[in-house]
Amino acid sequence: MSDRQLRKVLVLGSGPIIIGQAAEFDYAGTQACRSLREEGLEVILINSNPATIMTDTETADRVYIEPLTVEFCERVIDRERPDGVLATLGGQTGLNLATKLASAGILEKYGVLLLGTSLAAIQKAEDREMFRQLMHEIQEPVPESWIVENVDELLELSKNAPYPCIIRPAYTLGGTGGGVARSPEELIEIGKRGLSLSMRSQIMVERSLLGWKEVEYEVMRDSADNCITICNMENLDPMGVHTGDSIVVAPSQTLSDVEYHILRSASLKIIRALGVEGGCNVQLAVNPHSFDYYVIEVNPRVSRSSALASKATGYPIARVSAKVAIGKTLDEIENSITKTTKACFEPALDYCVVKIPRWPFDKFTAGDARLTTQMKATGEVMAIDRSFEDALMKAIRGLEVEQKDLRHEGFEKLSDEELESAVTEPTHERLWALAEALRRGWSVVRVNVLSKVDPWFLERIAALVAGRAEPNRTSFKMVDTCAGEFESRTPYYYCTSDPEDDHIPSQAKRTILVLGSGPIRIGQGIEFDYSCVHCAKALQREGYRAVILNNNPETVSTDFDTADALYFDPVTFEDAIRVMEHESVDGVMLQFGGQTAINLARRLSNAGAKIIGTQPTAIERAEDRDMFEKVLDKLDISRPEGAGVKSVDEALAVAQRIGYPVLVRPSFVLGGRAMEIVWSDDEMRSFIKSAARVSGDAPVLVDKYLPFTEAEVDAICDGTDTLIPGIMEHIERAGVHSGDSMAVYPAVNLSIDAQKEMVRITAAIARELGAKGMMNVQFVVDGDEVYVLEVNPRGSRTVPYISKAANIPMVSIATKCALGTTLAEQGYGSGVWDPANGTVSRFGIDPNVMTPPDPGLFAVKAPVFSFQKLSLVEPSLGPEMKSTGEVLGVDLTFSAALLKAITASNLDVPSGGTALLTVRDQDKPEAAEIAAELVSLGFDIVATAGTHAYLEEQGIEARKIAKIGKAEDNLLEAIRDRRIAILINTPSGDREAEAEALQIRCACVERGIPCLTSLDTARALTTALRAVERGEDVHCLHIEEYSKSQEDVRMKL
Amino acid sequence: MPKHLVLKDGTVYTGEPLGSDADAMGEVVFNTGMTGYQEILSDPSYAGQMVLFTYPLIGNYGINDDDFESERVQAAAMIVKEAAKHPSNWRSKKTLDDFLREKGVSGIQGIDTRALTKRLRSSGVTMGMITSGDPSEALAKLASARDYGERNFVEEVSAPAPYAWGFEGREPIDAAGDGYKCKVAVLDLGVKYNILRRFAALGCRSVVLPQSAGAPEILGWKPDGVVISPGPGDPKNLSRAIGTVKDLLGAIPIFGICLGNQMLAHALGGSTFKLKFGHRGSNHPVKDLRTGRVTITSQNHGYAVDAESLVGSGAEVDQLNLNDGTVEGIRADKLRARSIQYHPEAAPGPWDSRPYFAEFMESIGTAGA
Repeated sequence: MSDRQLRKVLVLGSGPIIIGQAAEFDYAGTQACRSLREEGLEVILINSNPATIMTDTETADRVYIEPLTVEFCERVIDRERPDGVLATLGGQTGLNLATKLASAGILEKYGVLLLGTSLAAIQKAEDREMFRQLMHEIQEPVPESWIVENVDELLELSKNAPYPCIIRPAYTLGGTGGGVARSPEELIEIGKRGLSLSMRSQIMVERSLLGWKEVEYEVMRDSADNCITICNMENLDPMGVHTGDSIVVAPSQTLSDVEYHILRSASLKIIRALGVEGGCNVQLAVNPHSFDYYVIEVNPRVSRSSALASKATGYPIARVSAKVAIGKTLDEIENSITKTTKACFEPALDYCVVKIPRWPFDKFTAGDARLTTQMKATGEVMAIDRSFEDALMKAIRGLEVEQKDLRHEGFEKLSDEELESAVTEPTHERLWALAEALRRGWSVVRVNVLSKVDPWFLERIAALVAGRAEPNRTSFKMVDTCAGEFESRTPYYYCTSDPEDDHIPSQAKRTILVLGSGPIRIGQGIEFDYSCVHCAKALQREGYRAVILNNNPETVSTDFDTADALYFDPVTFEDAIRVMEHESVDGVMLQFGGQTAINLARRLSNAGAKIIGTQPTAIERAEDRDMFEKVLDKLDISRPEGAGVKSVDEALAVAQRIGYPVLVRPSFVLGGRAMEIVWSDDEMRSFIKSAARVSGDAPVLVDKYLPFTEAEVDAICDGTDTLIPGIMEHIERAGVHSGDSMAVYPAVNLSIDAQKEMVRITAAIARELGAKGMMNVQFVVDGDEVYVLEVNPRGSRTVPYISKAANIPMVSIATKCALGTTLAEQGYGSGVWDPANGTVSRFGIDPNVMTPPDPGLFAVKAPVFSFQKLSLVEPSLGPEMKSTGEVLGVDLTFSAALLKAITASNLDVPSGGTALLTVRDQDKPEAAEIAAELVSLGFDIVATAGTHAYLEEQGIEARKIAKIGKAEDNLLEAIRDRRIAILINTPSGDREAEAEALQIRCACVERGIPCLTSLDTARALTTALRAVERGEDVHCLHIEEYSKSQEDVRMKL
Repeated sequence: MPKHLVLKDGTVYTGEPLGSDADAMGEVVFNTGMTGYQEILSDPSYAGQMVLFTYPLIGNYGINDDDFESERVQAAAMIVKEAAKHPSNWRSKKTLDDFLREKGVSGIQGIDTRALTKRLRSSGVTMGMITSGDPSEALAKLASARDYGERNFVEEVSAPAPYAWGFEGREPIDAAGDGYKCKVAVLDLGVKYNILRRFAALGCRSVVLPQSAGAPEILGWKPDGVVISPGPGDPKNLSRAIGTVKDLLGAIPIFGICLGNQMLAHALGGSTFKLKFGHRGSNHPVKDLRTGRVTITSQNHGYAVDAESLVGSGAEVDQLNLNDGTVEGIRADKLRARSIQYHPEAAPGPWDSRPYFAEFMESIGTAGA
């Protein structure tokens, strides 16, 4: 491929998980790193997302957990001097970063080759106009469209555009800022937003193909111009719904061979014309009544669809793409599934695959759940079976939503007229609306006319609602890429009702089943997959056969070579039992699979399964309110006052006794779903119902809300001893969900005594419960007073964060503990991990140890949100989790680590400009301090009347700005015109004021203006900005360098 | 009423009916293509074979009026996991089941097709019978039946009389053949219409001649080149056609496709052998040894050319299957003859090898005429 020898390659990661760019890029990046190392290359990785397998030090030779910015990339390139950079496996983030590195001249300056698809090809694929031109040249049809680069052009176009039309911003992912406009007004509104979100301030407006079939081809090309198709996929939802939000089947079902190959040939022609080298995705719209089609777009990189195609076919697209990028040709690469054939072939499926997206609207009930060209799903499930019907039902079962089949109470209640619109307008629940319509006897033709969903799918849904029973699945078949034509040894299975089993497990080794965490949703993200993968590896090292059950196609855990066997089926009781019987397992490990897995503990145990580690009784003692209170009472541990309630009256009585504000939440849920701070009886009455609905039979918890510092620890327990890898302090005070808080390790403000008390409490609870494995404890700390908020008897979201920050293999140690090897036997024991010395400090255990260990670094975790994709979702922080991902900032000082975390979290941090403050009364004194700090950092302050008056009183220079509707120049206009660089707004209790504040916050989010709703976050930001101002050293080191003692690192610098 | 698929070794798969209720017998083979059942059913190369489709959902897009590769259903029967009751496609005219009934073709569905595929893969293809009757009677019939390889299916599928194929499709041999760039004679051993369609699309008229046509008859049509078509069965049985090809060698440019490849090999003195379970599908990678390029091809053959047997024949093996290394193409440049073992006409399968038609026309010096 090149005239020079490749020895060292820099792989660009994709950063935090956001809607449209999720765990699939950990899967892709991890495969790529391994694939390159197999070829003998030295691999350097940069990624800011710690909750990834790719940022494990064993995945790459050196891992930089640093912000994915041009600046940090240049520093890594400068230090490492790689020969090449691989960007096409890091999602849109990686691709955009590579583009910027090239245009900033950095690649040229350091003589770094961009591997795989060339920059010119990337631009040709991504720049709408260049792409259209190329399509015209090669005579491939593209829909009539217009490029718009400013508002004047937009207004002009709005006069004669064909409605409905589609708006797509250039250079964004997941269709951010796109939409469908049905009128000139809508075109102008969506178009303006798109212009501001596009990296190039460029949008494309095109003729709508609503109702056409949407088909995708996953294709691959190598440097010798060999081209193959990995898989094609057909969307159940026709054009108009983003493919990430569509129900998708593989392979296509309604295309005849001729149509299949018209589209395949077009796809290959396109990637040849572009000169793609590696995996690529081509999206096409197909007229359901003719051979006509249009090319919609091309992703010249590995994408979410390619992760799906990989799992759907067994073909490791990312692995092969990485090899192609360094110049290998497809016929030189082994088919790692069969091991007997080459990667240069096209997989044949002998099953049907159904993907259903998982949306966050169970949490964001106020969000706009209509599906458009802007992706809204956070995750997805995939199901494999020998028929569409069976695969569909499996997928629904695995979604972990209220509906376990095609019945939906909400739709059953609708009038025919209401149902008609539910069938017509795509939403996250339209599948159930289709089913309900067919159940009511509406003809397939009628439902097709309304929904445009192909009759092929509707007929099958009709058969299901007419009573087609789910089959008795008794056997497991293999996913082998070749439909059984060649012998394969891939341990990749799905259950089905066909009689013959493809797999008779060997009984030679003891086997343990690891339950995965299912689809990615808010509150249960990639962190759990990270832990499951490590658990499987640890089990293998301990001499066990590890088998995984999971149904999330985006993850590393569902790679066929992660465990000894992969069962790609829903993570439910029935499916777990089936696998356990089939494999005759010796036990099941469920503490790493999040709430999905832990919720199955009791039933599995009752069914005779051996639960490895913390037992169901202990789990219940931690999760059941009454039982947990007894544990705390017994151990004399403080907690916020409160009680579990089962009625509105009980709730009001408890609130009266302990006094408002109170925290109200359902039990047994993850991510603080339906959790709220309640300030009055009125609010209690309205809120308790939704909490009760989520809680089901379990009680709703009502606790005193304590507005102090929140802190947490993860603990590894062996039933007697307790090892705390690290103590984390939250930046935002209690009341903000721990998943949405920034957190710092080690603690920076907690008193020594409070930290000691946290260690003592954790050890006491662990011992009392007899916990074996991972446990997580959340605290509120007021000075030296420590209150326990909750105990999670399982691996938590922070496991990868602390594993990396404290350089300790937490999951591996915990897995061994769960299996029965004590901490002492593993060379640890009770105490707090001291990474600088590689020992366990007896801090908190031995009273003579006066200080907690100093790791010599600071690691700040920051949440990342996807509000830009979710209109009408309240972006303020609260007890209900809203973030979709996280980043890690590591450095030798707290402020530098904070700065990195904030930078990496995609917050567009302004270095100056205008800060808009509008805060509630009780926050005004603190807001004034922050305002003063901002002024001294060179910001101008504008504030609404009340806040302004207070600032003036305090002698802080600020300009007053009118509220919405109050004047021509009000704050909303200021935000819309981007005259505001940052918004600091704390929600008040007042409903009317809140409605307005929500509008302001949403306006900021839509324009990418930082919107801080906690003063603690604002203070963190000023701390970081201050660090910049005084020119504090910000380092760029690989993670192991930070992990050593501070002195060592400084010596090297 | 259940149907049974009985294999020669006595294995019985019981499933549900599909198509005609009549009994059917043939060699059980599998095809891994996920689309293309209409083309496959009507492909003469499947004569005498009961085709198992490894993709479990067959009949999804129904049966249309256009995608036939010959005048009738050629396969002896079809074996599927599930035949779609409600197909959906704008060209669909009927369901697969209705079509099979109408044509009197038998089938079976609802059996574990993957289990059967694995069996064929490990034990090789075998004779089988589909019956609604007693499986033991079927087994007895199988015991006395002639093996697939013993029958000359080419005689059964070849055109009984010459015909032509032009811009408008099939036409009488004496239709006016004006306006074409060139003319090829096709020795019909079981030709697929799409071969003729591809030539017509490039401005070439085909004269399709019965398998019994000898070299003088073929040359008598004054073609610019001769195509030896695909077809069913063991090439060794076709001594007459082999003789014809031998006679044509050197006299006129020859292009062999599939069985045509095997005919050319035999004519050059080489030999063929039966593959354990054949190559049938739309995903077979073939490497061109001259260019190093790999192409994904459509394949349908149970026999392969023995590369060793061509040593010293003057012919060169220029393409190999990437999976099993079997011969995929041979050329004898001095004799102006070349052939490929796969299907450039696709139907079903990828279109990547279509350029062969233009290439052949170029080689006979008429492409740009």
